[in-house]
Amino acid sequence: MRKLKRQLCAGPYIVWIIGFTVLPILMILYYAFTTPEHRFTLENVLSIAEPIHLKALLLSVRLALECTVLCLLLSYPLAMILNGLKIKRQSFIVFIFVLPMWMNFMLRILAWQMLLSNNGIINSILQALGFSGVSILNTPAAVVFGMVYDFLPFMILPIYNSLVRIRSDVIEAAKDLGASNMIVFFRIIVPLTMSGVISGVIMVFVPALTSFVISDLLGGGKVLLIGNVIEQSFMQGMNWNLGSGLSIVLMVFVIASMAFMNSHTKETEGTAVW
Amino acid sequence: MGKKLIELQHIQKSYNGTQILDDLNIYFNENKFLTLLGPSGCGKTTTLRLIGGFEKPDSGQILFDGKDITMLPPNERKVNTVFQKYALFTHMTIAENIAFGLKISKKSKAYINDKIKYALKLVNLDGYENRSVDSLSGGQQQRIAIARAIVNEPKVLLLDEPLGALDLKLRQDMQYELIRLKNELGITFIYVTHDQEEALTMSDTIAVMNQGYIQQIGSPEDIYNEPCNAFVADFIGDSNIIDGVMLADKLVSFLGIRHACEDTGFGQKQPVDVVIRPEDIELVAPDEGFLSGDITSVIFKGVHYEIEVLSNGFEWLVHTTRFFPVGAHVGLKVIPFNIQIMHKPESSDERAVGLDA
Amino acid sequence: MVKKGIQRIYLIFIFLFLYLPIAVLIVLSFNDSKSRVSWGGFTFDWYIRLFESRSIMNAFYTTIFITLTSAVIATILGTLAAIGIGAMRKKGKAVMLGATNIPLLNADIVTGISLMLLFVRFTRLGMSTVLLAHITFNIPYVILNVLPKLNGLSQNTYEAALDLGATPLYAFYKIVWPDIRPGVFSGFLMAMTMSLDDFSITYFTKGAGIHTLSTMIYTELRKGIKPEMYALSTILFLIALILLLLMNYRSREDQINERRT
Repeated sequence: MRKLKRQLCAGPYIVWIIGFTVLPILMILYYAFTTPEHRFTLENVLSIAEPIHLKALLLSVRLALECTVLCLLLSYPLAMILNGLKIKRQSFIVFIFVLPMWMNFMLRILAWQMLLSNNGIINSILQALGFSGVSILNTPAAVVFGMVYDFLPFMILPIYNSLVRIRSDVIEAAKDLGASNMIVFFRIIVPLTMSGVISGVIMVFVPALTSFVISDLLGGGKVLLIGNVIEQSFMQGMNWNLGSGLSIVLMVFVIASMAFMNSHTKETEGTAVW
Repeated sequence: MGKKLIELQHIQKSYNGTQILDDLNIYFNENKFLTLLGPSGCGKTTTLRLIGGFEKPDSGQILFDGKDITMLPPNERKVNTVFQKYALFTHMTIAENIAFGLKISKKSKAYINDKIKYALKLVNLDGYENRSVDSLSGGQQQRIAIARAIVNEPKVLLLDEPLGALDLKLRQDMQYELIRLKNELGITFIYVTHDQEEALTMSDTIAVMNQGYIQQIGSPEDIYNEPCNAFVADFIGDSNIIDGVMLADKLVSFLGIRHACEDTGFGQKQPVDVVIRPEDIELVAPDEGFLSGDITSVIFKGVHYEIEVLSNGFEWLVHTTRFFPVGAHVGLKVIPFNIQIMHKPESSDERAVGLDA
Repeated sequence: MVKKGIQRIYLIFIFLFLYLPIAVLIVLSFNDSKSRVSWGGFTFDWYIRLFESRSIMNAFYTTIFITLTSAVIATILGTLAAIGIGAMRKKGKAVMLGATNIPLLNADIVTGISLMLLFVRFTRLGMSTVLLAHITFNIPYVILNVLPKLNGLSQNTYEAALDLGATPLYAFYKIVWPDIRPGVFSGFLMAMTMSLDDFSITYFTKGAGIHTLSTMIYTELRKGIKPEMYALSTILFLIALILLLLMNYRSREDQINERRT
């Protein structure tokens, strides 16, 4: 009886989910499969096959993959180093990576734009040191740079959390059984941090795949991502049905890639191939 | 007597400025069950971790089979450890856990499979190969941790309070299991515990430690019957420890009376600790004992009654199989053989005493 | 030693990567020149003008209102929801957690658009729609922060308290609340951070004429950012820094006290 009463606490939330999560998805589904005259159609969804849309989607996937891989490569060693510092107060680490978010991300990216511009600080320093300057602004590389900058904390924190949770006696046990540092890393640390890596990958890949502001800012209008196409069809073209159709495609894509990640990890977890 | 397998010489170790071990000297013989016994913080776990290679001493040497292994990392030592909290690899099956060390030493698949079967049989868990670690109880996890260590055929198995997390019944079962394992494997066990009963049940030799010093080394019988100082007497079993003065050879005075004893060589008017085990005291008629007093509490313990007697301002603890009512006036009797006389420790910190086993 | 040195350098590199743009913005907020590339001397002008600019101050008040209100409502709803979910059986729990993850894992742009479609159909876009949208994406952060704290002993002790005659409210306050308080707190903070930093969802769900700081910056991007904006961000950042440092300090004291008892 008491349990039932406590379950009722979730009541308002359930109403909220139905109203503001389920219903909106139904709305977007409705728009995606109808014409402006409310007739059923597959055209909106299938328009993803149009060259311009397909190109945008493929570019989005490519940049999102690059961003995710870079974030992972930067974060894993960083998380290892942070874990090695043996800081007792883990909240301090979280603090360092959350704090920048209190300054608007567009302004921060704008600042990078200034730093990276042809006569910006970075280039001045590089030239003073005798290197040739870099000019990556308005290229896909700049967009990837901005994404890595914006999403890096979402990769670092889950990996760091999963590293902290590994008990030192498990590492000692592996060494005791003859494992070298290499074997400890690949057979113990990597598998035990897999869950952190996966949530990091999801938390970086999804926003990177669907972002439209960073490409606006750093792409100089030359980098058209699927997010930009959707945004434009809503805010400029006023073609809501098309925008909804493309959004559904994007959603399916996200769900599919997450399902792929999940099935893939279960395989490796069950039978660790030596 | 087997030969010396592991020897620690002049080991010093401190953490953050706190001295844990100070000039520790101890050796472990082949094919024995040796226990390091002491309260928490006495340095027993540090000693074990030094042997396992997880810590390096500040100074001193660790010899294994005569060779210096002081600086050898744990993965190159021929010892294996059973950890207090099992430290199983939760991302692997039971079989993968057990195979871990064997795969590293590149054993053949057939050999590994045989070994897994053998080890699981040895710890009474046949057929558990493909279970996950999380599906096992604490006791079962501990057995797997033991199996994982022994398949590597170490010459020495280190056990760090391995039964500490188990409940009483399981702990007692595991004690017998460990003795059986040790006899079947024919290797040296070095066992760390703070539980005196565990130590007395399983060990061939016990080293009692306190505050970084070894207090006494000996067989369980020696340690129990002839504790060499009040700390050991108090730590092993219950004891009545009374301040006394040695008047002459074989004569001691305590609580205002004189009593015969069998100890000699303490000199005259020497302050000592007088130790009498509760089961060595006999309750008799008031005028037949060396002291008389009133019974203040009686607790039934199954095998015996635990009785407290207040006499001359001292609470005596007595174990007896006869029942006495609370409030009864009784006499206390002890034969001289059962009175142990001990030197007072030189300071409040117990100092190291004779190290010869 | 060499390894330690490389680690240091790497840490500094990442730290610069994260904080260099922030330093740039702070410097620009004191720059007595409208140009973004040249230093024209030190000035407090932008800070003074900031408070005279109606549009910026309006956007600022809107942002603060939405951030605080949505975080408070989301914290209340989310904490209640976490307690309810905690009392559920396995199946119900799985369904609820799945639903909770949707706004977290769904793309911001899709969440924003779907909410916009809903709002346009049933009401008009305005301030309240932004608020509703923010509450929606904030609740999951609260739930995911509170839920782990509920899995401890509190279930049994809560029932024990009821058994000893405590009213449910008193038992909640005395038993459950101290356990979940840190989770509620960090959930609230997380919700506030996410709300403050959000652009996409606000962009799609706001009505004409309403601006939060991020949508304002977005529209200004083409015309050029007013330096007052740098000043305002600097103030916000410093307030956040001080608040977080204070909390860090307080919880350290809590920890020390805990150790003492």
